[in-house]
Amino acid sequence: MPHSTFMIEAEGLTKRYGDTHALDGVDFAVPAGTILGVLGPNGAGKTTAVKILTTFALPDEGKAMVGGFDVVEKAPEVRRQIGVAAQDATLDELLTGRQNLQLIGELSRMGRAAAKARTAELLERFELTFAADRMAKSYSGGMRRRLDLAASLMMAPPVLFLDEPTTGLDPVSRSRVWDVIRELVADGVTVLLTTQYLDEADALAHDIIVVDHGRIIADGTPQQLKDASKGAHLEVRLAEPHAAAVSALQQLVESRVHADADGLVLSAAVDQSPGLATAVVRALDAAGVLVDNIEVRQPSLDDVFFSLTGHTAEEPTQTTPEPHMEGAPA
Amino acid sequence: MSVTTAPVPRLTTEAPSARLHVGERLADIWSLTRRNLVHISREPMQLSDVTLQPVLFTLLFIYVFGSDIPIQGGSYKDFALAGLLSMNLTTSTFGTAVGMATDLQTGVISRFRTLPMWRAAVLIGRSLADLMTAAVCVLIVALVGLAVGWRPDASIPSIVGGFLLAMLFAYALSWVSACAGLLAKSPESAASFGFIFIFPLAFISNALVPTQGMPGWLQAVADWNPVSAMTAGARHLFGNPNPSATIAAWPMQHPVEAAVLESLAILLVAAPVAAWIFRRVTVE
Repeated sequence: MPHSTFMIEAEGLTKRYGDTHALDGVDFAVPAGTILGVLGPNGAGKTTAVKILTTFALPDEGKAMVGGFDVVEKAPEVRRQIGVAAQDATLDELLTGRQNLQLIGELSRMGRAAAKARTAELLERFELTFAADRMAKSYSGGMRRRLDLAASLMMAPPVLFLDEPTTGLDPVSRSRVWDVIRELVADGVTVLLTTQYLDEADALAHDIIVVDHGRIIADGTPQQLKDASKGAHLEVRLAEPHAAAVSALQQLVESRVHADADGLVLSAAVDQSPGLATAVVRALDAAGVLVDNIEVRQPSLDDVFFSLTGHTAEEPTQTTPEPHMEGAPA
Repeated sequence: MSVTTAPVPRLTTEAPSARLHVGERLADIWSLTRRNLVHISREPMQLSDVTLQPVLFTLLFIYVFGSDIPIQGGSYKDFALAGLLSMNLTTSTFGTAVGMATDLQTGVISRFRTLPMWRAAVLIGRSLADLMTAAVCVLIVALVGLAVGWRPDASIPSIVGGFLLAMLFAYALSWVSACAGLLAKSPESAASFGFIFIFPLAFISNALVPTQGMPGWLQAVADWNPVSAMTAGARHLFGNPNPSATIAAWPMQHPVEAAVLESLAILLVAAPVAAWIFRRVTVE
């Protein structure tokens, strides 16, 4: 098969669990050395896609290639190319952090000495050396995530799957994980990252697909997705409430102006036009309104997601509960 | 955040090959056996079924039952030891079920699935770790037995053969237990397998009382129970009293052969079945 520079390719992937279409014909391709962000709420089908691509689940229809190998027919070859950090940390609670990594290394065919050296290196990189010889059971949530991520990097795999790698992490651990992902990609690793956090996809991904109910509902670069919902958001903070403020502003915008309970903050959805802020300040000044602050905000990916799906990203999709892995804690 | 213009695919240095050679398979088995042994060292109470329980069972049965069960051609102590071996080994195999179910629940297996390892090593590694604990169990029963007055009356190779027979049977049974653990929804339900399946298996046998006193249908079950063959075989090899020798059922006439054949048969069926279930529960 002629092989392109795509390290991950999916074509018409479909997976059903009973009557539920966890994936309903999904196509995408990830060029080598880039990050694809798979964005969607709980139950959208993100984890199912990762499971198929990592040979953990078999697709009902469609085809997928990872590192140039078919995930169904060449599963053992695929496993030699990938690192996986699953959504639920998959650590051995009774082994120490060091023993966990050592075991993964040995089972990844690294050889014991190489596994030992790599273990020490990764423990250091993820700032876990201080806890290396403690049982994983005693690790905090952030430490578990880091150890899990380290485990997925043991083989220095060219393709990495990260299923919600920062869910439940504190901001410090989260930015540390982001840094590691950026370093890996700088080294040429290809990453598929699922996330519910729009800012995470925005910050890391070169390309994004937005998944809902097992289908891709939008794709593009973060900027393209933001451009797709053109509207900006205008917010004006007044020095003191003024009776004429709302009507003065209303003449400048098409959508309804909203004032907060104190009458101090006015907001409205606006089309971006040159000099909008200037016009707003002049109009309010002419009406005798004192303005403290004015902000015209770009649409965030949250706004994009909302406009695409009609619900926010944190809100789970009720109709398609995502089946958990066999035996995984619910 | 610019898209890399000339992406350089990083490929693994060696050409990936799917087939694992024997050395790699053995290495996987050894890695996972060690892992299970570390588990045991972390939670020594897990071992109570092969340390504390054999001591308790041996003392309880010998002094409580033994006080009022006459055995032709010898003492209850000499009769009971082989039975206590099979009793303790049989009941301790459900540790395998619990361990297997626990592994599935914690998601460790999901990570193993994404590694280029030999899948069956997960099962074999567990069975070998459990075989080692079975050896501890055998040793404890033998020592407690000797301390309370059990005396084998046979050559050393024959006595050793008796212990090996018991361990072969325990090993075969641990694969049945692994199947149960793989099918169980939780470690707790895996443990209940012990009470529903293992206890009747252990008790409806000649392990603790001669079967001659049982109702006819129950005696038939007991005489054909593999636990009885193993027990009678060990008694025979230890040179201890073996009242079952007068029973016409084939396994009681040829207990050593029967125990070996039955153990191998169990192994030949249960191991592939366990491997099959393992595949089923770990692939969606």
